[in-house]
Amino acid sequence: MLKNIDGALHVRGEAEFVDDELRPSNLAFGCVFGSPVAHARVRSLDISAARRAPGVLAVILAKDLPGTNEVGPIIHDEPLLAEDLVRYVGHPLALVIADTAAQAREAARRVRVELDELPPILDPRAAFDSGEIIGATRTFAIGRPDAAWPDCRHVVEGRCDIGGQEHVYLETQRARATPLENGRIRVLTSTQSPYAAQKHIAQVLGLHNNQIEVEVRRLGGGFGGKEDQATHWACFAAVGARIAGVPVEVVLRRDEDFRHTGKRHPYSADFRLGADADGRIVVFEARHFQNAGAAADLSPGVLERTLYHGTGSYRVPNAKLFAASCRTNLPPNTAFRGFGGPQGMFVIESALASLADSMRVPRENLQALNLISPGDVFPYGQVVEDRRTRRTWDAVTKKVDLAGLRQRVDAFNATHFALKKGFAVMPVTFGISFTTTFLNQAGALVHVYTDGSVSVTTGGVEMGQGLTTNIAAIVSRALGVQPERIRVENTNTTRVANMSPSAASSTTLLNGNAALAAALEIGERLKLVARRETGSAAKAEVEIRDEEVRIDGRPTGLDWQALVSATYLSRTDLSAHGFFATPDIHFDKRKETGRPFAYHAGGTAVTEVTMDCVRGRYSIDAVHIVHDIGRPLNRVIDLGQVEGALAQGLGWMTVEDLRYDDSGHLMSRNLASYKVPDAFFMPDVLEVDFLEDADEKLGPFGNKAVGEPPLMYGIGVFFALRYAMKAFAPRAEIPFAAPLTPERVLLGMHPEALDSAEVDPEALGPAAHS
Amino acid sequence: MSRPLHFILNRREVQAQVPAGQLVLDYLRETRRMVGTKEGCREGDCGACVVLIGELQGDAVRYRAVTSCLMPAHELAGKHLVTIEALRGPRLSTVQQAIVEEGGSQCGFCTPGIVLSLTGALLEHSAPLDAAAVKTALGGHLCRCTGYRSLKAVRNHLADVPRGLEGLVGAGELPAWFSGIPARLSAIATSDTDSPSPAAGQHYAVAGGTDLYVQQGDDIATSSSVEVLGTRPGLRGIRSEPGALVLGPATTFEELAESPDVRAMIPQIRAYMDDIASIQIRNRATVGGNLVNASPIGDVTILLLALDTTLTLESRSEDPRRVGLRDFYLGYKQLDLAPDELVTSISISRPPRGSRISWEKVAKRRTLDIASVNSALVMRDENGVIREATLTAGGVAPTPYFLAETSAWLLDRLVSVQTVVEAANLAQSEVTPISDIRGSAAYKRLLLRQLIWSHFQTLYPDRISFEALYREAAC
Repeated sequence: MLKNIDGALHVRGEAEFVDDELRPSNLAFGCVFGSPVAHARVRSLDISAARRAPGVLAVILAKDLPGTNEVGPIIHDEPLLAEDLVRYVGHPLALVIADTAAQAREAARRVRVELDELPPILDPRAAFDSGEIIGATRTFAIGRPDAAWPDCRHVVEGRCDIGGQEHVYLETQRARATPLENGRIRVLTSTQSPYAAQKHIAQVLGLHNNQIEVEVRRLGGGFGGKEDQATHWACFAAVGARIAGVPVEVVLRRDEDFRHTGKRHPYSADFRLGADADGRIVVFEARHFQNAGAAADLSPGVLERTLYHGTGSYRVPNAKLFAASCRTNLPPNTAFRGFGGPQGMFVIESALASLADSMRVPRENLQALNLISPGDVFPYGQVVEDRRTRRTWDAVTKKVDLAGLRQRVDAFNATHFALKKGFAVMPVTFGISFTTTFLNQAGALVHVYTDGSVSVTTGGVEMGQGLTTNIAAIVSRALGVQPERIRVENTNTTRVANMSPSAASSTTLLNGNAALAAALEIGERLKLVARRETGSAAKAEVEIRDEEVRIDGRPTGLDWQALVSATYLSRTDLSAHGFFATPDIHFDKRKETGRPFAYHAGGTAVTEVTMDCVRGRYSIDAVHIVHDIGRPLNRVIDLGQVEGALAQGLGWMTVEDLRYDDSGHLMSRNLASYKVPDAFFMPDVLEVDFLEDADEKLGPFGNKAVGEPPLMYGIGVFFALRYAMKAFAPRAEIPFAAPLTPERVLLGMHPEALDSAEVDPEALGPAAHS
Repeated sequence: MSRPLHFILNRREVQAQVPAGQLVLDYLRETRRMVGTKEGCREGDCGACVVLIGELQGDAVRYRAVTSCLMPAHELAGKHLVTIEALRGPRLSTVQQAIVEEGGSQCGFCTPGIVLSLTGALLEHSAPLDAAAVKTALGGHLCRCTGYRSLKAVRNHLADVPRGLEGLVGAGELPAWFSGIPARLSAIATSDTDSPSPAAGQHYAVAGGTDLYVQQGDDIATSSSVEVLGTRPGLRGIRSEPGALVLGPATTFEELAESPDVRAMIPQIRAYMDDIASIQIRNRATVGGNLVNASPIGDVTILLLALDTTLTLESRSEDPRRVGLRDFYLGYKQLDLAPDELVTSISISRPPRGSRISWEKVAKRRTLDIASVNSALVMRDENGVIREATLTAGGVAPTPYFLAETSAWLLDRLVSVQTVVEAANLAQSEVTPISDIRGSAAYKRLLLRQLIWSHFQTLYPDRISFEALYREAAC
């Protein structure tokens, strides 16, 4: 099987990222000066000292931008450079260009700003109460949510507080822009959305899209953090290059990336769940308050997906889900793998945990009882079409012997005082497609050269997810040639236009199908030539397999190389552009119903933990997953997506602890204070099985989208830890507050420590003695 | 101008003028444009910049993986710097091939550093790498793509790979020129042992640099007066004397953990180290640096503070003087140390026979994280009666903290559940934790109690159970 096509480059350190490129001798460097406070009116900005600093070529303010000072992707509420109002700590106010990066940073420190501070809002509920709402609030409803409560035997209600998450792509944001003849600009950047970068650079420079060329080779990780927010840094490099007249590179340091860029949205939510005597869900209500940060960014889209996944993998006949995107004075929060879905699922899982506590029944029994089946309808109107969620549930619970697992865990807990075990099952059913329907389109360009080698460009971006390898596999299979013949080119806006971002788990689905269409078109032309060359009848079946032409299944001796030559000599086009648009999807936002998703993808995970209840430390012992991948396109790559997404989900629920102080400054502002899973943190038992017999007709080649759904398996760890905590402290009230850090775990099991404390533990002052 | 820096970079011998405080990472990426080494965080927390540093020990070269983002280039003097560019042979090494086979690289940004750490583990170990050794090598690396399972699986490919320099060269796992490195290094080492002379301006003395660079990296990089202590003679090494162990302050954490003399004194030192930093940082971080850094939460500091530790301080103008570690900390980041003084040796008195040592740490992430609270207890009993006790804790006061009252109170008391509970309560009156990013004050207070309980439960499992402690505390 084909391994990662760039694997050898990676392990030899030859894979090039933006700032690894050869440097032109006149390359200059950019650095942004950002607001020192979270909310203020700008009285004056003094850049004279910065201008005089050594090596400085330009100091650029909003007024210097040749075009429109606007980079908001959905709502036009976000200037590239702030003018009279700053809305978050780090909000860019000035761009410094200098001969070296150190000089640019030094000069940026000399910018002086006078501010009239305004009170910052950091909490989404407070923002909501002040009317700071971005776009429209949204409500999804099904059944008779207001009338169904009297039918319930059990009703539970509660609140969830869900933390954000920093992307921690290992490669921070970066771009290099080069001025070309005729005022054109070429930008090499690390973005999931080359077209967005192109469009916004053109806007801020007052140019046309065709004057901006954006190229992406690969990303050192993206995870959503470079879907919209890479645009800004590409714009800064381009603006610098335009105004200073030299190539300009902008590379953020880790602390700058932490400070300037948005993250996964924190949410606060209220829920109420009603069930019948057996625990069947009758009605569910939730109100989601999204902490959007200071500008819309992609928040309205993220909010929508919270609603789509607000009932998780469960049948909810009556539901009312409300959601509001609340404007606060944090950096604009943005896409992050899962895109609002994880927060929605966390709330329904919390509600079920609450119901299980109240009914004194195992949580997993209620999950199993309420799992979706064919014919059930999601609150947004799409009908459940298959049994796959149930099949994965059955497969994994059988594999781990769920009933036996509970017995083993409870027996362990009965015989151990300080160590407790816990477990949880987590089903995931995640809708696949951009919920903004028009984005579900992709183009690809395939060339076959006369030596038989093949060049493929798609609108998709390689960000570690294995797109390049997948595309090579798809095209080689479609043409019947060895993968080694295929070169997947850098993504470039001059070869494929108007591309959608590489996001929504749909990059291989969309771009793979577009590349497939182009390859098949060339294949058809080749087959015409093959018939002619072999003197076969018009109805003879031609197939190119293993680089050889077969007619009606029989080898002909006509090989790929000769066929390509003959095709060229016959003056037949060896290039094709392919296009794909996902069929049969639609959504009516006025009615909030439709069929927004091509299909659902997901599976079920079982997570086991052990907790040292005295020290409040825990380890994740095992995660078993049965995942619906359709037919694996490339087992190694598909597996890598599941495991990597899981790791991020586990981190989000446990140790990834974003903290801001009361003035809106990020306290967990570097990798010393913001911890993500490492090799020790991740379980040594991590077993992923793919669901058998699960081909997906949309493909390509039966494969299903995989990028985001497995992240939500991570939610299980919260409930596994909660299980262990309750085994130690049965009467403790454990809030549905994530992440469940060692601090929350220990205090949760020792609530008396809070009673006797002299200070409010949530009132975290500035980091002092650490 | 000081004499040029002289070292071997992969295959090439280099003599170059390099600014004293420049980082190895910047030297590679900026000065030489060798860009296979990546920058991920510039604070030793991600491992993207890991390189191998080879140093002569006798006739052999000992290789250690380090984060190049925290290492001053001047420390390369007389050493062998190995970067990923050295591992671009005609075929992939087994480590490289295994990463490809297992899908251990996705975006590829963290991969070069991981290749070097795993290769370093093969150079370092004599036995085949077990799961723990592979995990330790991966420990200082963040990979945000894979979830690490595929990287841990690299181990399954390494069973037949020889270890050590000659073995790896012989099997074609390393380029043949590696064999010539020891001889080439000894030629350099004999001719190049001077340390650069201090110049005017802000002076920095850099030991391991693993915290100093995180806090003041840009300033050090541009300072004209940086002294690299690791190259100064006499500051390294561990010497056993009657009644004490004497450490050179530039002794690294890993050297501490490996020393048979230290293990004889602190039997669990290796296990403690697994909760301290990462192998790549422990290969650089020094004991003296940890003490002088004066972080209230220094892991090794808290341990040495519970032992009877005395520092020797030397300056150019005054006679050497000795100061007890417990008298060394005057306030938050305030030391009994004059600007021109340097810690030149660290003497740890051998605890009396029968002493027991316990060290505990809780952090958000178990590995490579700063403690919320850490604590150490050194004690000795006679027939269950406490005769000596020294309790220390970090993260509960502006300095690494010796709990003098609690320690004194413990004397002549019976090792009992009641004693432990009362001691932990008394300790609360001694400490003044504040809320910060490492935890709330309430959490730190609770943790201190839990860690004191844990010390006794670990040291006296027959007498002290957690269940009994909770029962006693509830009374």
